[in-house]
Amino acid sequence: MRILYYPGCTLKTTAKNFEESAIAALRVLDVELVELKRWNCCGTVYSLASDDLIHKLAPVRNLIRVKEEGGSRVLTLCSMCYNTLKRANSFFREDKEAGEKMNQFMDREENYTGDVEVLHILELLRDEVGFAAISQKVQAALGQLRVAPYYGCLLLRPREIAIDDPENPTLLERLFASLGIEAVDFPYRNECCGAYQTVDQVDLVVERTYKMVNMARNNGANLIATSCPLCQFNLETRQEDVQDKYADFVQMPVVYFTQIMGAALGVREKELRFDLNRYQASELIYGR
Amino acid sequence: MEDRIGVFVCHCGINIAATVDVQAAVEAARTYPGVVHAEDYQYMCSDPGQKMIRERIKEKGLNGVVVASCSPNLHEVTFRNAVGQAGLNPYRCEIANIREHCSWIHTNRSQATRKAVRIIEAVVEKVKLNEELTPLALPMTKRVLVIGGGIAGIQASLDMGNAGYEVILVERESSIGGHMAQLSETFPTLDCSQCILTPKMVAVGHHPNIKLYTYAEVAEVSGYVGNFQVKIRKKPGYVDFDKCIGCGICMEKCPVEVPSEFEEGLTKRKAIYIPFPQAVPAKAVIDAAHCLYFQTGKCRICEKLCPTGAIDYEQEDVIVEEEVGAIVVATGYQLYGMERIGEYGGGRYENVINGLQFERLLSASGPTEGEVRRPSDGQVPKRVAFISCVGSRDSELHKPYCSKVCCMYLAKHAMLYKHRVPDGQPIVFYIDVRSDGKGYEEFVQRAQEEDQVTYIRGKVSKIYANNGELVVLAADTLSGKPLEVRCDLVVLGMAIISSPGIEDLVRKLKIGVDVYGFLTEAHPKLRPMETLTPGIFLAGCGQAPRDIPDTVAQASGAAAKVLELFSQEELYHDPIVATVDEDLCSGCGLCISLCPYDAREMEVQEGKKIAQVNEVKCEGCGSCVAGCPSGASQQRNFRDEQLLKMAEAILSSEDRVG
Repeated sequence: MRILYYPGCTLKTTAKNFEESAIAALRVLDVELVELKRWNCCGTVYSLASDDLIHKLAPVRNLIRVKEEGGSRVLTLCSMCYNTLKRANSFFREDKEAGEKMNQFMDREENYTGDVEVLHILELLRDEVGFAAISQKVQAALGQLRVAPYYGCLLLRPREIAIDDPENPTLLERLFASLGIEAVDFPYRNECCGAYQTVDQVDLVVERTYKMVNMARNNGANLIATSCPLCQFNLETRQEDVQDKYADFVQMPVVYFTQIMGAALGVREKELRFDLNRYQASELIYGR
Repeated sequence: MEDRIGVFVCHCGINIAATVDVQAAVEAARTYPGVVHAEDYQYMCSDPGQKMIRERIKEKGLNGVVVASCSPNLHEVTFRNAVGQAGLNPYRCEIANIREHCSWIHTNRSQATRKAVRIIEAVVEKVKLNEELTPLALPMTKRVLVIGGGIAGIQASLDMGNAGYEVILVERESSIGGHMAQLSETFPTLDCSQCILTPKMVAVGHHPNIKLYTYAEVAEVSGYVGNFQVKIRKKPGYVDFDKCIGCGICMEKCPVEVPSEFEEGLTKRKAIYIPFPQAVPAKAVIDAAHCLYFQTGKCRICEKLCPTGAIDYEQEDVIVEEEVGAIVVATGYQLYGMERIGEYGGGRYENVINGLQFERLLSASGPTEGEVRRPSDGQVPKRVAFISCVGSRDSELHKPYCSKVCCMYLAKHAMLYKHRVPDGQPIVFYIDVRSDGKGYEEFVQRAQEEDQVTYIRGKVSKIYANNGELVVLAADTLSGKPLEVRCDLVVLGMAIISSPGIEDLVRKLKIGVDVYGFLTEAHPKLRPMETLTPGIFLAGCGQAPRDIPDTVAQASGAAAKVLELFSQEELYHDPIVATVDEDLCSGCGLCISLCPYDAREMEVQEGKKIAQVNEVKCEGCGSCVAGCPSGASQQRNFRDEQLLKMAEAILSSEDRVG
């Protein structure tokens, strides 16, 4: 299967480990990601003002790029890109008048009608690749891992664009089960990581990180897996600040779920880029 | 016959008069062709108003009456009776609905007045062509079917049985008692539920006028008020009820354990079981889905041990037929599933339980013999959270309505918990406390003041398990602070929803349900115990969530409605039914397929097929009339020519008021 793919900025900068591990893992599952030839910023934070059309142009332009390349759907990895593209697309479909206005503004672009489908990699794995097919491709037994799956908010909120039950998501748990990996009960899995408060209210994020990592550990986890670069940044980088504040705190690696998936599917360690993670998970995964 | 029609315009206080210029309407009506008298009055339905109509009929020699007032659903019968008392055929009286169809839905006075006049004129045209009709008399079977053996069905059956009528009570479980049998003590007086219910259950079991079918369901209903034919399917319990003496030896020795429905899954029952010791009738049934013999072909221990030889593995469905004149539907409720509430664990945490489970923990006959012990490890919980409005009052995701009883039973739970565990801490999370019954507010106050139940106003956002405890995340909206409360047990006040299978039953009965599956009453205020299908009545939570006092009151009310029906010698059926013009009928049979009441039937007369009308079955819905391609089917007093005249009056180019 070949599918058009929208990377977004973070995957090309601070989350290369996400992109590279996802591409490699999907290759094992016979899915080839074809990166859009041209793309721009996803808009980052979806604007909640209904008349703030200018902020919705960026994601819509990316969807027009998909059309230009003859695609009818586009895959995202980053939760935030998924969220902005999906919501801008829904808004475009539902508010015809606004859509017309946006088309007029983008007068050098082809008119857009809202007909591109935005897909997150986890949806593709569940609905098209299928967990049964995934479990048949497992190469490495990673029974030693106890993963705390962390969804964050952007894949689940608002409810209308959620890829799973927002109050009780199970998608990552089911994915890990298909890989022969145990996911621990992690009640904070859909709580907020603190998001951009990490810029000006560092302590708030430090406190959240402290609580979440401790809960993961108390529930038996030795690893946290996420799908969002911002969650990954907060949960991982802020552990240093946590350490400064709480002497007894013990760090825990926070990786992208695709890195673990790749390891289970037998992707070479080098391609999974654990070297870009602050706390090394390779010892856990490879025993060294 | 010369038309001598009187028009009587009601003010309905200000309901009509505030929006419609009643005087102008009277003036306009007075000069309309065929109208010889027009008059207004503040409350036409009152005694002086009705008297006015009767007197004018005599004084002015009226031969038709139009009352311009509220919906005919409300007072058509009232005014037709009044007209009848004055010697005029009641069907020469019609209602012009200028309230629901006009004054209530408009604001512009002059436009509303013009519309009211048009409505009145149209109805005058209808009355001009109304036939004088006489209701059809038909015989009646004075026996009654009650569906559902909870407290509603029990109360209705006893009332009607005591009044001397034969009652057929059908219950789908193997015992009557319903949810009330599961309850511990009842608010606001804390009487033991068993103590007040079981005598009634026994009375039903022994009542000479009550015929009890347990482990049975209504399979089919046909007929009409006074003459229903009901087929009842007795499910195979694989035990001959005539032989079973309820000794329970079979239950002791049966090797299979299944979660007990009566104990809400808190303990096990056997594959052959009597649901609870006080069951009426105390007869065992085999749950074939779990029975070792039915599943593997081996065992038959119960058969070997039964001292009366009551076990019969060959039993099959038995259909019995009963004839009744009325039906009381008392199908009750179930709780909304905890698995629907993902943020509270979605039913995954053993120590997050629903209200009925906590009732069982409190009950002296429950799995812990009334000691509050939590399901996971049998420990006595030291802090218990009680959460109200779980699934209720949530129009976005769950049920928008209030489930009515949760505020009160959670207060009772917290109170009883405190009585059992004096050093325990009960915390109620609420949106607001609704305690609108006799002695209810005092009861809640008592829980707060005497029993030190903590009440926190705020919704719980999440519950999760951590180190064997439950963590409740909530907001205290009075202090504006987020809360994180560690508890040993959480009780959810789940929304009340209609019983499973209700959609299937209402199709059989041809009665309505609302969008939530609750049975629809004929009128929310004035006919709360009746359905729109004559002869079918409602009682209990099948209609809407309600507590025991209200349920018992409604059940007695439904029983009174049945007794009122049975007090008549024979029944009168509305004569406004379909008729067929035999010369026009082509025998195409379309009407037969359209009729929801099986009232149209094909008859061959001298080689010609004619679709006759069974006037007794016809409810006058008009489906066949609308569907008839040749115009042969007509509805009495709603004939095409009448409707066309009405349309002409409505659409006339001439406006007779400003």
